[in-house]
Amino acid sequence: MAVLAVVAVAVALPLFVSGFRLFQFTQVLIYAIALLGLNLLTGYNGQFSLGHGAFYGIGAYTTAIMIDRWSIGYGWTIPAAGIVCLIVGFLFGRPALRLEGLYLALATFSLALAVPQILKYFEHWTGGSQGIVLSKPKAPFGLPLTEDQWLYILTLAIAIVLFVLAWNLLRGRTGRAIVAIRDNHIAAEAMGVDNALYKSVVFGVSAAYTGIAGALSALAIAFVAPDTFDVFLSITLLTGIVIGGLATISGAIYGALFIQFVPNWAQDISKAAPWAIFGAFLILFMYVMPRGIAGFLHLAWIRLTRSAVVEEKGR
Amino acid sequence: MSLFTRFLALLLLGGLAVPADPGGAAAQTVVGVTATEIKIGHTNPYSGPASAYGTIGKVIGAYFKKVNDEGGINGRKINFITYDDAYSPPKTVEMVRRLVEQDQAAFVFNTLGTPTNTAIHKYLNQQKVPQLFVATGATKWNDPKNFPWTMGWQPNYQAEGQIYAKYVLKNVPDAKIGILYQNDDYGKDYVKGLKDGLGDAAKKLIVSEQSYETTDPTIDSQILNLKSSGANVFFNVTIPKFAVQAIKKAHDIGWKPLHLLNSVSSSVGVVLKPAGLDASRDLLTTYYIQDPTDPQWKKLQGYKDWLAFMKKYYPDGNIEDAFNVYGYSAAQTLVHVLKQCGNDLSRENIMRQAANIKDLTLPMLLPGIKINTSPTDFAPIEQEQLAKFDGERWVLFGEIYDASKK
Repeated sequence: MAVLAVVAVAVALPLFVSGFRLFQFTQVLIYAIALLGLNLLTGYNGQFSLGHGAFYGIGAYTTAIMIDRWSIGYGWTIPAAGIVCLIVGFLFGRPALRLEGLYLALATFSLALAVPQILKYFEHWTGGSQGIVLSKPKAPFGLPLTEDQWLYILTLAIAIVLFVLAWNLLRGRTGRAIVAIRDNHIAAEAMGVDNALYKSVVFGVSAAYTGIAGALSALAIAFVAPDTFDVFLSITLLTGIVIGGLATISGAIYGALFIQFVPNWAQDISKAAPWAIFGAFLILFMYVMPRGIAGFLHLAWIRLTRSAVVEEKGR
Repeated sequence: MSLFTRFLALLLLGGLAVPADPGGAAAQTVVGVTATEIKIGHTNPYSGPASAYGTIGKVIGAYFKKVNDEGGINGRKINFITYDDAYSPPKTVEMVRRLVEQDQAAFVFNTLGTPTNTAIHKYLNQQKVPQLFVATGATKWNDPKNFPWTMGWQPNYQAEGQIYAKYVLKNVPDAKIGILYQNDDYGKDYVKGLKDGLGDAAKKLIVSEQSYETTDPTIDSQILNLKSSGANVFFNVTIPKFAVQAIKKAHDIGWKPLHLLNSVSSSVGVVLKPAGLDASRDLLTTYYIQDPTDPQWKKLQGYKDWLAFMKKYYPDGNIEDAFNVYGYSAAQTLVHVLKQCGNDLSRENIMRQAANIKDLTLPMLLPGIKINTSPTDFAPIEQEQLAKFDGERWVLFGEIYDASKK
């Protein structure tokens, strides 16, 4: 019920807000998709990634190159970005499997460091450090929508599909296997879960989600440049899932709202030291809501209703 | 499910009801301007990797405060709204859209960075919002035909290349030019400027062209190639990291050409000191603003006024930082344009007046440099003077060269 209400509000949003706000909420949805991808990997499967900004970048460039160099319709480029990142993520995930915890975090960190430079190297395709300028897609079939409205609706539709898919994936045996690997991989192995396969598939799916988000961001910004996809983006995404709530689906949305709006508020509060204010917000959130916003809301809900029925909702 | 479809229907209906072009109705009223105020938007990297440029936004804000204290422009106070974009294009897009759509700024001014300005280039021109005096040296901002709402300010890379060409044609009779350039728009802009400046002589005079990628570890082999080509003029179009290598390597192998170093890498602290002050002796570069550390300016009224301004309005600012001269001069250019607009501060007229600057001189530009624009010339500063490094500082010499004159 609550989910339906949120979807209803999201669908009705273009009626009430200006183009600029809609653009901001489009970015929230894009971040939410990326965060959901990262949360699959880190929150549910327990694999750390400091390199998801790289997949975001690869997705964005897949779209930009296909549109700009090969004149392919933008609609095709979004799934293509997902598939490219799925493959890259899977291949990267295979050898990275041998690495646990912090070591994997470092390996992915190197990916985040390398991607902007690699993008500059293939200048013929990527436009080098000058990037690629795109046009914003117009609404199809002559629908009377502005570019902002159309992009928002497109992003929302894709986000809903991806959230439903993730929810489906996680609630069945696959989901239990993914979580089991996180909680105790030896026990999971003993139960017959193929650790290696699951881990690399989760890595691939996670990268695909983030890649699709990157593709949508390329369309929304209508420009890609390599230095956009730096280490800072990867860390921002990690911040988003921790603040939103690890191993929760709704946490992706809360985290996306946080990383989109809180830096702006911080800047409005103090021009001189916005990142100090942002840091203070971060500490405050972590202190008040140690299990992220989703965990906090879940707890608050239990307190309010005081019923014992809620056992596995937050999961 | 029916709820969902109902909302979808509502949404489509709503889409029909929304006017197709929200900007169309604004023709009558002047956006961002009231009887007492004019709103100016700006983005700058106050944080992130390029935050050294942040002082430009601060000095501009300080200068507008001074203008306001002195009564504003035609009775209107400047409301300067500046946001941090951390040099990240997506953030620039967001912030500029906020300035245009939410804050209703009359125009954006001196937004900083080439990738960041590229990201908002199309948007501002579609919205017909002036993107005035952008803080980047790329040549593409001078394209009034395709982008009539965008204008640069500082001399662009091609203009600088032309100035080196003029100097060489005049002063080096048996020139054999070797070029090292970065293989992207920035490097190619410089090379094109040099070739345009040389004209028909370009084919004969240029004996070797070497390029590098930013991902290359070194450029040693390119320098060796240039030396063996017999070049006696070295046109060095490199960013600081490679400029250091190039100066060092040329010195180490005993190659002593007339060394023209692009102004991108003319910083004494960042490039010449690491390369070795001795190896850097006799390099040439170009200047258009007064270096605040150069003693010869300190007795002039322009410098004294600037210093008094810095002390009063921006006491935290570094008075040795040329960026604070840069922002000050850019802001003065804008104030000149706004005064020239009179009472008509429509976006059209602001652009018209920006394209109608005649022989404007500014106190902190080099003496003799004049700012000129026209409806077909969106490159305000096109004059520069050469400077030679004497082992300690850059020393200006010779005439003012004008890239726009043949």
